[in-house]
Amino acid sequence: MSTSAMDVSSVDVSTMNELGFRLHFLWSDILIFLLAASLIGFAITLYRSPLSRARWAQVFESKIGVAAFMVILFYVVVALVDSVHFQIQLEQTSESSEVHYAPEAKSLLDVVLAPMQGKDEKTYSAPFAIHSFAKATVELPDGGVAREFPRLLHGGSHLENEDEHLVDVMVKSLTIIGWALIPCLILIALHHAFLRKSASGLPWPVIYTTSAIIFLIATWALQMSEYYHVLGTDKVGQDVLCGALKAIRTGVLIGTLATLVTLPLAVLLGISAGYFKGWVDDVVQYIYTTLNSIPGILLIAASVLLIDVYIETHPEQFKLLSDRADFKFIALCFILGMTSWTGLCRLLRAETLKLSQLEYVQAAHAFGVSRWRVITRHILPNTTHLILIALVLDFSGFVLAEAVLSYIGVGVDPSMKSWGNMINEARAELAREPVVWWSVTAAFILMFVLVLAANLFSDRVRDAFDPRTSGSGKSDGGKVK
Amino acid sequence: MLAYIIRRLGYAIPILIGVNLLTFALFFVVNTPDQMAQVQLGDKHITPEAVQEWKAQRGYDKPLLFNPDKSGLSSVTDTIFYEKSLRLFALDFGKSDAGRSIAADIEQRMWPSLAVALPTFVIGISVNIAFALFIVMFRASIFDTSAMILCVALMSISGVFYVIAGQFFFAKEWNLVPISGYLSGADAWRFLILPVIIGVISGIGGGTRLYRTLFLEEANKDYVRTARAKGVPELTVLFRHILPNGLIPILTSVVVVIPSLFMGSLLVESFFGIPGLGSYTLDAIQSQDFAIVRSMVFLGSVLYIIGLLLTDISYTLVDPRVRLS
Repeated sequence: MSTSAMDVSSVDVSTMNELGFRLHFLWSDILIFLLAASLIGFAITLYRSPLSRARWAQVFESKIGVAAFMVILFYVVVALVDSVHFQIQLEQTSESSEVHYAPEAKSLLDVVLAPMQGKDEKTYSAPFAIHSFAKATVELPDGGVAREFPRLLHGGSHLENEDEHLVDVMVKSLTIIGWALIPCLILIALHHAFLRKSASGLPWPVIYTTSAIIFLIATWALQMSEYYHVLGTDKVGQDVLCGALKAIRTGVLIGTLATLVTLPLAVLLGISAGYFKGWVDDVVQYIYTTLNSIPGILLIAASVLLIDVYIETHPEQFKLLSDRADFKFIALCFILGMTSWTGLCRLLRAETLKLSQLEYVQAAHAFGVSRWRVITRHILPNTTHLILIALVLDFSGFVLAEAVLSYIGVGVDPSMKSWGNMINEARAELAREPVVWWSVTAAFILMFVLVLAANLFSDRVRDAFDPRTSGSGKSDGGKVK
Repeated sequence: MLAYIIRRLGYAIPILIGVNLLTFALFFVVNTPDQMAQVQLGDKHITPEAVQEWKAQRGYDKPLLFNPDKSGLSSVTDTIFYEKSLRLFALDFGKSDAGRSIAADIEQRMWPSLAVALPTFVIGISVNIAFALFIVMFRASIFDTSAMILCVALMSISGVFYVIAGQFFFAKEWNLVPISGYLSGADAWRFLILPVIIGVISGIGGGTRLYRTLFLEEANKDYVRTARAKGVPELTVLFRHILPNGLIPILTSVVVVIPSLFMGSLLVESFFGIPGLGSYTLDAIQSQDFAIVRSMVFLGSVLYIIGLLLTDISYTLVDPRVRLS
């Protein structure tokens, strides 16, 4: 499925023992980069029009809006970095000139997270722990054996004296944060000194604070991972923080890809139903009422089951485990999208019905403007706010849906890191005594922050773009700024 | 009124046929019964005979749409489409792939589902309306803003976390209620209380926010301003004018889900081990019992369409200006 590999093995990277590598594109990688490019294109188009520029300015001038945007941006960047996969060239063992690559594709994020990987413990361990969570039989120096909590292989292995543990954590944290603050402060000071005057009405203090907090947390977590497992380890001893960060790609991708699938269907069908009326309208209404009447989660589950059957009966098409997971993942995004375009479609139909009665559209008809031009010039631009609001709202809905679907067993492949899979495993962990709480907490926090940011951002977008709220926003009691 | 209802029921038939065709296409054309048999039998036992036997036992060995071996009417009726899909219209669900009667299962499991879903629904709406009204009372204040941010935060938590947290604190740590399980009869409340509480809490964020918008729309209307200008006390305005008129869009918007309450909630029922239709469906999904999934899809659509009809009727009942035509 996925070996449209590009050969760049001539590039030598000294840190990799002068081994080459080649890029390896999964289909979802290609999709996410296409998506990012089209989003940038969309943003540029929007920026050209003065009206939408003013509205975006309203979004970004609100403190919550800009803070939420920074958080979303961080997640998207992590997802993009995690989407550059490559295979490292293996050392040549024989004299044959053929070049071999590692069977497992790594991503750029794996390189960044290198301090957390390859430091697997035997089983669970709590955040910052130096002892294992489970008792094990340990051989004592005098030859006897005892049941006790053994020291971790990697977490806190630099400590000679166990009593220094807490002090060491505090000292290391403070040192790292102190060092990380310096570049933040320098950048802020430079910006303040030179660029402040040319800047627009953006709430710079909020931007500074948000990006500084993200930077501090990221640096701290990354640096502390050299010594400890910041969020503990899971059942097979892998670092939980690493897994939760790898799951960002899954969450962001499922949100964006599924949203993207809904878009063409909803726009095409909704606008043609409202514009052409008659039998087109009847057919479109029939389609979406039928789809709507099927309980969404059942339709999704049924479709995913069918994908499973397809994968199981066509094993020859999926050679690698990751190909299989990737195929299932993309199929899931399509299914999610195909089952949830009806809401936006209905909105667009109603809006188009309303717009096509307006004078300027009637005038365009009277002047002999073609239908296609009327739709693209007069109707589509006037429905952008609906599309935009639905896009952002759908995104957070899909991220949340992933957790439920994975729990039901129709979500992403279990071999793929995702928040849903982490929560699913956590059910057994919470039943243990003492409780293994860190895995579910990690998934909760990372997911909550992303969804909250998306929800808050969509609120601001709605306030700015929805003509109903942007006109009467203040009398509504809703605080626009 | 009666003529309208009959005509609306007539509209429902093409939609149900559409649902039927869609499920038929998904379950029999995209994936043939042969493939289902392979998956069900597992890798070890796949012989052509075993597949044939599996299909014959469940009636999947017939042709899809047209049976050339039979003559007359039975050339159409002795097919998978007729036996498995069209029969659903008579609410004849047949047997599950495991051999049990689906209709009997549904009848038995409907009540626990309803026992959870109905209190959750009623309490949930009352709580949301109360909160929304309370927030509207303090509109455009710092309390309003912070309550809205809290609502967005509550909305941003996945339903799974509510269930996990509720089970962990109420049942495991504080030992107030049993973690999961179900008893029929009068003792059931001990098992129902936690699922209902969690169902209500998980809906507070979205519900309160939506209802607040609806109440605010009402509060900005002219007659409310007139009432205030006349000197009607704020509380009277709230309860005599805003509440009853704001309830109209709220009630008409929730009517559509009432029939679907029978279907239960997949998530809550399976977490709490309640033997309702939600966990029934989930078990079917996980054991890949397509006959049950098919039946539940159809049942769900029927209930949804009934809900749409009830919505239209409720409009006329609460608002005499709306006429059914």
